[in-house]
Amino acid sequence: MPPTPRTVLDSGDIARALTRISHEILERNKGADDLVLLGIPSRGVPLAHRIAHRLSETEQVKIPVGALDVTMYRDDLQMRPARALGHTDIPPGGVDGKVVVLVDDVLYSGRTIRAALDALGDVGRPRLVRLAALVDRGHRELPIRADFVGKNLPTSHAEKVRVLLDEYDGEDAIVITDSEGGR
Amino acid sequence: MRHLLSTGDLSRDEAIAVLDTAAEMRALSDRTIKKAPVLRGRTVVNLFFEDSTRTRISFEAAGKRLSADVINFAAKGSSLSKGESLKDTALTLEAMGADAVVVRHGASGAPYRLAHSGWVRSKVVNAGDGTHEHPTQALLDAFTMRRHLGDLDGRRVAIVGDVLHSRVARSNALLLSTLGAEVTLVAPPTLLPVGVEHWPVSTSFDFDATLPKVDVVMMLRVQAERMNAAFFPTVREYSRRYGLDARRMGLMPDHALVMHPGPMVRGMEISADVADSTRSVIVEQVTNGVAVRMAVLYMLLSGTDDTTQEDDA
Repeated sequence: MPPTPRTVLDSGDIARALTRISHEILERNKGADDLVLLGIPSRGVPLAHRIAHRLSETEQVKIPVGALDVTMYRDDLQMRPARALGHTDIPPGGVDGKVVVLVDDVLYSGRTIRAALDALGDVGRPRLVRLAALVDRGHRELPIRADFVGKNLPTSHAEKVRVLLDEYDGEDAIVITDSEGGR
Repeated sequence: MRHLLSTGDLSRDEAIAVLDTAAEMRALSDRTIKKAPVLRGRTVVNLFFEDSTRTRISFEAAGKRLSADVINFAAKGSSLSKGESLKDTALTLEAMGADAVVVRHGASGAPYRLAHSGWVRSKVVNAGDGTHEHPTQALLDAFTMRRHLGDLDGRRVAIVGDVLHSRVARSNALLLSTLGAEVTLVAPPTLLPVGVEHWPVSTSFDFDATLPKVDVVMMLRVQAERMNAAFFPTVREYSRRYGLDARRMGLMPDHALVMHPGPMVRGMEISADVADSTRSVIVEQVTNGVAVRMAVLYMLLSGTDDTTQEDDA
């Protein structure tokens, strides 16, 4: 039976979720002071830029935004062939003493975020680290939770959640496929 | 990638994957903490049968920045005959549990023998074998060119000097042609190897005529220690016909780069003012060498350890 993809969030839903996350970040931080947004490649990066754009519009200041590749810090490297590295781009002000908001598309086992925290530790020492995820699909394998969530999406292991973004896929959508065997 | 023995084994996609990975590794080298835990618990052995400063140090730095345990094994001075010596050393390395062996040897083909003999299960990286190949040098040269010139497709590179004894020239010729560049070898007829007509290059004896069209001039060291015959009349004559001086540099296009794999013999193949000029990227080549070797070790060692699966593929 071929997997049937179904769209759970369309582009409007994604835009509204990101706007809400942006406001929550500002509310929690009481403004834009010291904020640095770091997206986790690949799809976390455009999401971080979109959130930074919204923050800048609301607060009228430029928010530093960059990318943090976690490939070399993953715990499953030796279980697969060598992976291509993503691009790390730390904004000029660095992260020391800043409030870093990590941005990822899907929060699942939590292992990527564990790797991100290790990677961040080699870049500098932020005052605070927070986590924003567009989708939280559950099934955590580590004690990690998101501070800002676009959409909680209860799923089974067998399902596959894909975030499609205009920058990579030509459209904005979140799709669930029933793939055999899951991960 | 199972081993890195020759740049001729790399497809265009593989070569570009190494160079792209090296770009990220280079960014890591600019940070305060120049280290990632990616090869933690892996052992890299530097097995050098020949003298080398920059290549060995470069591989050592690369391994350490990726958190591998690096063991330097200088086998120089061994009185055993080559075949036995290499095999015995290989068995020692196997017993030590080396995950990768970086080997430099005076005999062409020694790394290939090590990789395919069944003596060791480790990955083998060729760090220069005789007059055969030096793949990581070619990769760092291509990396340096890409940083300055972008895509190498259609770029023109002149490799000048002692091609006959140069493993750098062969590795570069193979890699650069894979990446789409046009390579011209410029050398006296006595210093071109037999069979050069089968290389993916053109040849020229006229340095001045080649210069106005090039994007890169790569000068090779005249390897006096490998010269067992009179390949050219005098140093002065060689230098006048095939040395890069300020006048010749003036014939190059404004954007063209001057490269040299080192060690340089100033006054022989390159004049001091050219080596120290703003066109010269010779010092940068050394910095990039660490990043490229990190990329190679990463691609060989970071993935699955299931070698039987890879051998079948």
